[in-house]
Amino acid sequence: MTPQLEIIITACIVSTACVIPGVFLILRRVALMSDAISHAILMGIVIMFFIVKDLHSPLLMIGAVATGILTVLLTEWIIQSKRLKEDAAIGLVFPVFFSIGVILISRYAGNIHLDQDAVLLGEIAFAPFNRFLFLGRDLGPVAMWSMGAILVMNLGLLLLFYKELKLATFDKALAATVGFSPVLLYYGLMTTVSITAVGAFDAVGSILVVALMITPPSTAYLLTDRLSRMIVLSVLIGIASAVSGYVMASLLDASIAGSIATMTGAAFLIALFFSPKQGLLTTYLRSKHQKTDFASKMLLVQLMVHEDQQEDFETTVTHMVHHMDWSIKFSKKIARYSVEKGYITRNQDQLFLTPLGREVARAAIVH
Amino acid sequence: MTPPAVAVKDLTLAYRDTPVLWDIDITIPQGVLLAIVGPNGAGKTTLIKAILGLLKPAAGKVEILGKPYQQQIKKVGYVPQRGTVDWDFPTDALDVVLMGRYGHLGWFKRPGKKDYALALDALDRVGMADFASRQISQLSGGQQQRIFLARALVQDAQIYFMDEPFVGVDAATEKAIVTLLKELRKQGKTVIVVHHDLQTLKEYFDWALLLNVHQIAIGPVEEVITSDNLRKAYGGRSAFFVS
Amino acid sequence: MDYTIFMVMIGSSLVGCVSGALGSFAVLRKQSLLGDAISHAALPGIALAFLITMAKSPMIFMAGAMIAGWIGTMLVMAIVRHTVIKEDAALGMILSVFFGFGLVLLTLIQRLPTANKSGLTHYLFGSAATLLLEDVKAMCLMGVVTLAGLFLFWKEFKLFTFDKDYATALGFPVKRIELILTLLTVTAIVMGLQTVGVILMSAMIIAPAAAARQWTDRLWLMVVLSAVFGAVSGLSGALLSGFVAQLPTGPTIVLIMSAIVLISLLFAPNRGMIWEWFQRRQETKLLRQKLMEKHKS
Repeated sequence: MTPQLEIIITACIVSTACVIPGVFLILRRVALMSDAISHAILMGIVIMFFIVKDLHSPLLMIGAVATGILTVLLTEWIIQSKRLKEDAAIGLVFPVFFSIGVILISRYAGNIHLDQDAVLLGEIAFAPFNRFLFLGRDLGPVAMWSMGAILVMNLGLLLLFYKELKLATFDKALAATVGFSPVLLYYGLMTTVSITAVGAFDAVGSILVVALMITPPSTAYLLTDRLSRMIVLSVLIGIASAVSGYVMASLLDASIAGSIATMTGAAFLIALFFSPKQGLLTTYLRSKHQKTDFASKMLLVQLMVHEDQQEDFETTVTHMVHHMDWSIKFSKKIARYSVEKGYITRNQDQLFLTPLGREVARAAIVH
Repeated sequence: MTPPAVAVKDLTLAYRDTPVLWDIDITIPQGVLLAIVGPNGAGKTTLIKAILGLLKPAAGKVEILGKPYQQQIKKVGYVPQRGTVDWDFPTDALDVVLMGRYGHLGWFKRPGKKDYALALDALDRVGMADFASRQISQLSGGQQQRIFLARALVQDAQIYFMDEPFVGVDAATEKAIVTLLKELRKQGKTVIVVHHDLQTLKEYFDWALLLNVHQIAIGPVEEVITSDNLRKAYGGRSAFFVS
Repeated sequence: MDYTIFMVMIGSSLVGCVSGALGSFAVLRKQSLLGDAISHAALPGIALAFLITMAKSPMIFMAGAMIAGWIGTMLVMAIVRHTVIKEDAALGMILSVFFGFGLVLLTLIQRLPTANKSGLTHYLFGSAATLLLEDVKAMCLMGVVTLAGLFLFWKEFKLFTFDKDYATALGFPVKRIELILTLLTVTAIVMGLQTVGVILMSAMIIAPAAAARQWTDRLWLMVVLSAVFGAVSGLSGALLSGFVAQLPTGPTIVLIMSAIVLISLLFAPNRGMIWEWFQRRQETKLLRQKLMEKHKS
């Protein structure tokens, strides 16, 4: 395998592993916990490193996960105490752990390869240098295998607890009454987020972890509201961002993690404008049409009411302007639309309901 | 001829393509105590918000004392629903009441002695004079509602809009509010209240607007609250109220 | 006194003071984490400002940061208003994607032959020690403008934060008020980036206000206390990191601030947890006494 291919595969594995817990983070409206956890784990990694003196020890992972859980616990404790609101509580805890981590690094770890840049920004380009050797055979980069293991774990948990997660995400109360503890599931999810963030940190850095956990699932959310489809779409969008991000980075000779994050953003922007259901452009066009259609119905109702009262002066375009407080341009547009639809006929300034128009007006009133 | 307190002409308001208010056409004379009643989701709060310019209608216009709202702001007092603000906000009762003067003060100017005097007087009128320096989170629901009423009183308006002032308040507060309403009417003010208790309607108000997306009826309470109209507004559920 | 430490002290306390004052409103509006998004979003702005002008001037960097931070804020608001995406996800996306894009630009700048690139990476983690007189002057200007704005629009900001609908009904243009308040917040955040860095800047916005809220029920006192807490943390953090080797300024300031928050949460009169625990014990005692007396008679 060429180093390039190894980097791309690693990036895709990282992206898929991040996206799966990410879907539930955004649906449960706790997306920013990924930001908090991925920064806070720095402290756990550093403290464990001082204990075991080995950058590749699995104990580092345990220290980091413990810090992640501690972050969640502390944040929840502050919220429960009712002294501060949720947003402030989230924003207070992780900077403390991150600061402790940074201070420990700069005071005591000056000479070893453990710096804040690496944690935060990561450098996936270095992934192929660290080989996984098994029985004397080179099996590829370590990052690929460690993230692969985390991905398998996340997939396994997803399949195992899909029903429970779905229920607890959409209906906490019901989940609790049928015996799935939402608290347990919440901490389970947060543990998964912590493990994934730790695994990904030295490959891609914590910022890309945040980008991958939040952005592809949000993009998918714009495209579908079915949970299963949302997960599949998120995975696909994540992989597409990883591959295109790598291509962009090699073309520009720029940061790979930064490029992948940028690409997740680009994917979101495309969905933001063009999503068939949610897109800004599509909803703008639809709401414009709805506005016209709605205004036309208002006109029909007016005409019908005054038809009964036999006041013919009410049925002119000029009167629409006055009566509905519409602009002349808008009134003309509505009249034209109604004629096109066959709701009314027009004789100079006078408007007359057609039988179809009368039916539509009656339906609108009952509505 | 005096202009009507509120004139709503062909007001229609929709959320996307679902009409929330449809072709509302009402004239409210000056000096009445009017209750807006109707089932949940009838658009009662929406109507008030549309009159006050907080929501943009799809068609129609509103006049307050014969002119658009933007020219009559100082003649209108507003009591929003109590639940719409965060009562843990760091401030005291007097300070909230003073906010009623902000419209008269305009940009940059701070409340002066006269404003403080007016605010204390308003607190007294709602029976909250002893609570002026009390932190607002330490007030009961009824007391918070009275603070909101006092805040509208210092606006020194001609027309008052109140959104569900009787919800979640104690009996004493309900009584205090009713007394205040009668007092305001005696002074010739117009008061428009979103209300949902048909039982107390006749006792508290003299006019009613029955609403359910469409306007069902408007006029003196006796004329509006007929079993026929109630059936139109509430469907089958109305029989319970009329008995 | 050492010139560098002096600059750092002035700069840090200024940052603490201004972000503390403006942070009060962010916390009360439940928008604490917007600061996190704004500070991260500022990074590509700084990089682009350098790429376009090729000059290393704090004023130009801050202008770039402000524009990018502003665009980020607008995007968060637009996403929340027009789609199903909730605020937390919108903030997280803007934060990470803008920051990622900033990284791409930074790596591009590092490959430029013009050596004039040092200084940009200071914004990532903050580097108070590199503050020059020129930087402090720019910060002073921004600080004065921000605090003056807060003073000038005090009444409007208070009304808007407490009851937006009521402000509209009174005839105040709430959109404009929100715009001004957001602009001032962006300014306060951008001002602190060089000192504490992109990642920790949000703590400067949240922590002093969160601590101040526990001590008082008056808005003006909360804002003043918050500014004081911020300034004291900034000053002591700068001093400490000036005299202890290898102690970075930004994280030190954040830790001091967080200690103040913890003390406030526990010991503040009325709202403090220890205070409440003590109060409750007192009450149970009284109740028990009353019951005993009743029992006897």
